[in-house]
Amino acid sequence: MATAEADVGVIAEGGGEPAIVVDGLEKRFGTVEAVSGIGFTVAPGETFGFLGPNGAGKSTTINMLCTLLRPSGGTARVAGHDVVAERDDVRRNIGLVFQDPTLDGYLTGEQNLRFHAELYGVPRSVTADRIRQVLEMVALWDRRGDRVETYSGGMRRRLEIARGLLHSPRVLFLDEPTVGLDPQTRASIWEYIDRLKRAEQITIFMTTHYMEEAEYCDRIAIMDSGRIVALDTPAALKAEVGEDRVRIQTGDDKAALAALRDRFGIEAALHEGVVTFSVPAGEEFVPRLFAELGVAISSVSVSRPSLDDVFMAYTGTTIRDAEGSANDWMKLAARGRR
Amino acid sequence: MTATVGIRVPQRSARHDLRAVKIVLHRELLRFRRDRMRMVTGLIQPLLFLLVLGTGLSSLMPGTGAADLKTFIFPGVCAMSVMFTAMFSAGSIVWDREFGFLREMLVAPVSRGAIVVGKCLSGALVATLQGVAMLALAGLVGVPYDPVLMLGLLGMMFLGALALTGFGVMLAARIKTMQAFFGLMQMSLTPMMFLSGALYPLSGLPSWLSTITLLNPLTYIVDPMRQAVFSHVSADPAVERAFNPGVHWGDWHVPVPLQLGIVVALAAVMIGVAILEFRRGE
Repeated sequence: MATAEADVGVIAEGGGEPAIVVDGLEKRFGTVEAVSGIGFTVAPGETFGFLGPNGAGKSTTINMLCTLLRPSGGTARVAGHDVVAERDDVRRNIGLVFQDPTLDGYLTGEQNLRFHAELYGVPRSVTADRIRQVLEMVALWDRRGDRVETYSGGMRRRLEIARGLLHSPRVLFLDEPTVGLDPQTRASIWEYIDRLKRAEQITIFMTTHYMEEAEYCDRIAIMDSGRIVALDTPAALKAEVGEDRVRIQTGDDKAALAALRDRFGIEAALHEGVVTFSVPAGEEFVPRLFAELGVAISSVSVSRPSLDDVFMAYTGTTIRDAEGSANDWMKLAARGRR
Repeated sequence: MTATVGIRVPQRSARHDLRAVKIVLHRELLRFRRDRMRMVTGLIQPLLFLLVLGTGLSSLMPGTGAADLKTFIFPGVCAMSVMFTAMFSAGSIVWDREFGFLREMLVAPVSRGAIVVGKCLSGALVATLQGVAMLALAGLVGVPYDPVLMLGLLGMMFLGALALTGFGVMLAARIKTMQAFFGLMQMSLTPMMFLSGALYPLSGLPSWLSTITLLNPLTYIVDPMRQAVFSHVSADPAVERAFNPGVHWGDWHVPVPLQLGIVVALAAVMIGVAILEFRRGE
């Protein structure tokens, strides 16, 4: 195997070239427009999240980027390759973790990975090492010889993430990576994703409808009815929606109100012994407040607008309402079947 | 933790596709090995046909020494057993779709052809393994364990199974549920079985029925197998004429190589169509 040496080595290629470039991307199913002309760019090494209710077009978009669906219009380049014209090149450079499980329960964890390695043409000389590495990363090395059907939901997810990473993709797509898992397992999945981000140089593109998870992203795009209605860092999105609320209790409320007005130019309100006001960056403001207010402060709290507020501001509804409880039940039922 | 192993997935090549075929095959064999019950249950129906039907109907026939109805039925039952196993193997692709694993295969940077060929070969191979179990019963019906005969029979079973798995995979490209798939397979397989000469000689059939049997692909698998079996047992000419008449187009006795050629061509067409279907779909 003369080419083996050349196959192994540098993971990242092309340096500063964006990991994903999408321009005017569209998908119509009959008369229904699932994705209507979206555009965005994802930088290498970035964790980019798509946030939106079911039916917003997140999965349709991810499927187009993964070459599973042909766009009706527009272009998309992933890892430097066109998703329509250079389908195989895209596929070689991406890893996928789908919303629904795609493991063979009859095979062991290790056999599932070996299958993947062979299918992706991973050089045999490095297969065993790489399998060990990704399994250790998701803490499944000890369970490698057990059949996947004996794994818990969280373990299966982790195995799928390990498999998605096996061939050292430049972009890892995670479609609702924690859907259907309990909160504890979800948190642990995020620990693993975080760990892999430090271990591998990789761009992550994910969809989610959990607000807490969107916080892990460097940037998020809020999608609603096939359009991107907002795109920025979580902090910037929240800042745009509203400023942080600061609440203080002081020894002399009147003096505090006056000091806030005179020294900081802030109009505060007094309700039931609590002084409340808004500032752009509450946490950074608090030290200044203590240093410069000149009035004793007995307690302070800062609350940020949540992504729920952001979502509400852009779509006019909360994500839970947009989703509908019936949908959740369907998902649970579908999952229970496994 | 070991140092990061970086991997560059190679460009698509014939060698890569071959690896894909091999791993699809390997997986199916692993699953088959895990599923020993399948092999055992797969033997029950043919055993019933062979012993109950064969013995029961033998009492209607004149005593004929070494070769009797069971000898006649044996190749037919072998073929049937292999066909049913092949059908289940082809069903595994529908199963894979239902459990999501098909998606893992279809998004890989390999040709769809490699996946389809891997599936068909593995289906045929698993069915042939079932055939090995069937052939182990040869002694029960007075068929000698001659290595040449056994290998010949296995080869023919493999060809037949390949054609049928190809047919199944072709259907599976379109049919998305297990129920519909097995319903359709059962519907096509049962008449094929009864109209193939597997269970009774085709020589005495009315002409409309005998025309149908000539259009039935299974006929061209069962007859070469039977001719092979009869060439290794001593049967008196009258029995041989009744039980091993061969296949005739009009008055022309269709030679075995041509019959097998038909099966090979059929397998090629089925697999070809299956590949096209999977390329187009999804």
